Amino acid sequence: MADDTHSLVAPYALDALDEQEERAFEQHLALCERCREDLAGLREAAAMLAYGAGRATPPPELKERILDQARAERANVVSIRRRRSWTIPLGAAAAVAACAAVVVGIWAATLQNSSDPLEKVLSQPGARLISMGRAGGVAVAPSGDAALAVALPQAPAGKTYEAWVIRSGRAARAGLFPGTAATSVVEIARPVPPGSVVAVTLERAGGVTQPTSKPLAQSKAT
Amino acid sequence: MGRDLVHLSDEALLSLVAGSDDAALAELYDRFGGVAYGVALRILRDEALAQDAVQEAFLAVWRTADRFLAERARASTWILTLVHRRAVDLVRREESRRVEPLERAPEPPAPESVDEEATSRFQRRIVQEALRRLPPEQRQALELGYYGGLTQSQLAEQLGQPLGTIKSRMFSGLTRLRDLLAQAGLEESIPS
Repeated sequence: MADDTHSLVAPYALDALDEQEERAFEQHLALCERCREDLAGLREAAAMLAYGAGRATPPPELKERILDQARAERANVVSIRRRRSWTIPLGAAAAVAACAAVVVGIWAATLQNSSDPLEKVLSQPGARLISMGRAGGVAVAPSGDAALAVALPQAPAGKTYEAWVIRSGRAARAGLFPGTAATSVVEIARPVPPGSVVAVTLERAGGVTQPTSKPLAQSKAT
Repeated sequence: MGRDLVHLSDEALLSLVAGSDDAALAELYDRFGGVAYGVALRILRDEALAQDAVQEAFLAVWRTADRFLAERARASTWILTLVHRRAVDLVRREESRRVEPLERAPEPPAPESVDEEATSRFQRRIVQEALRRLPPEQRQALELGYYGGLTQSQLAEQLGQPLGTIKSRMFSGLTRLRDLLAQAGLEESIPS
């Protein structure tokens, strides 16, 4: 089954899957590093095919229509953003943008919920958001408080996701979570000192004392 | 406007778009609107539908630019992927409404419908030349999939081949195409 799903990478790059196949492949993609790597190269080749069609000149009013609508949408977005004080210097790190999508989504969903662990970390002065690649990111405050925001599907039966704080090559347990179709927001159960790495592995239910598999998500050093 | 967006990379423009900068969106449209419209026309064969596809794709760029950095891709790849996906969605929706299927022959549009500068003619020729050098069955799988908007299952049925064969033609075809385009130096010749 896993192999079969892997073979969907080229049809996916060409947008040649039906909706059901596409959903199945995207779930697989979240967990399969090899597919993500293959996809990056194949997508690039597929996009080049667009140039093979030749350029055509759209009517000038198309540009105006697009820009008018974009500006109209911006008015709404800005009003949401202003409701919260975003303490992270936005231009500071590419990492911020990398997980911004995930975080903004959660942020919107938790506007009413000040007990949200991510919000608790991000509201501290000097908090930073560190990318974990495609899976999401981790927010870390100078106090060592940290919270994960990761897109990992529900763990299979008998399994759990386990978070780790890794420092000087030593991994310390930092909490379990089940995963969900939406984004998981998880408080990291121990302080995250500067220079450490936060990672997530899939383990047997109940968790383990040391990671037994390759991380599904891993941050850069904090 | 006081800023010279023309000199910024596509990626830099996208990060401005992520900050809701509409002038940066306009600049990206100036760079990719023509290619986007060309490929949408080829897939949809209808000007109004092609414009809808381009509009939806650029609004998706506007709404989700902040996700781009998480993708391991060049900005041009990401934008053209969004355009292609919208066009394919629209063509499938149209197909399901029509009694008569759209003509499938992946012929390029007539030259007079395409307004091209020299560089874009050059890019087009390189891609077409690379396609021509693929084994015919791989070329066919890519063209019917990418320009024809067919799913792998529709393709398997139409060509009377097992699904596994179609997948592997797509995989080999795209891999080879990428190598041929890299040899031709196309990546450098496309402004990005």
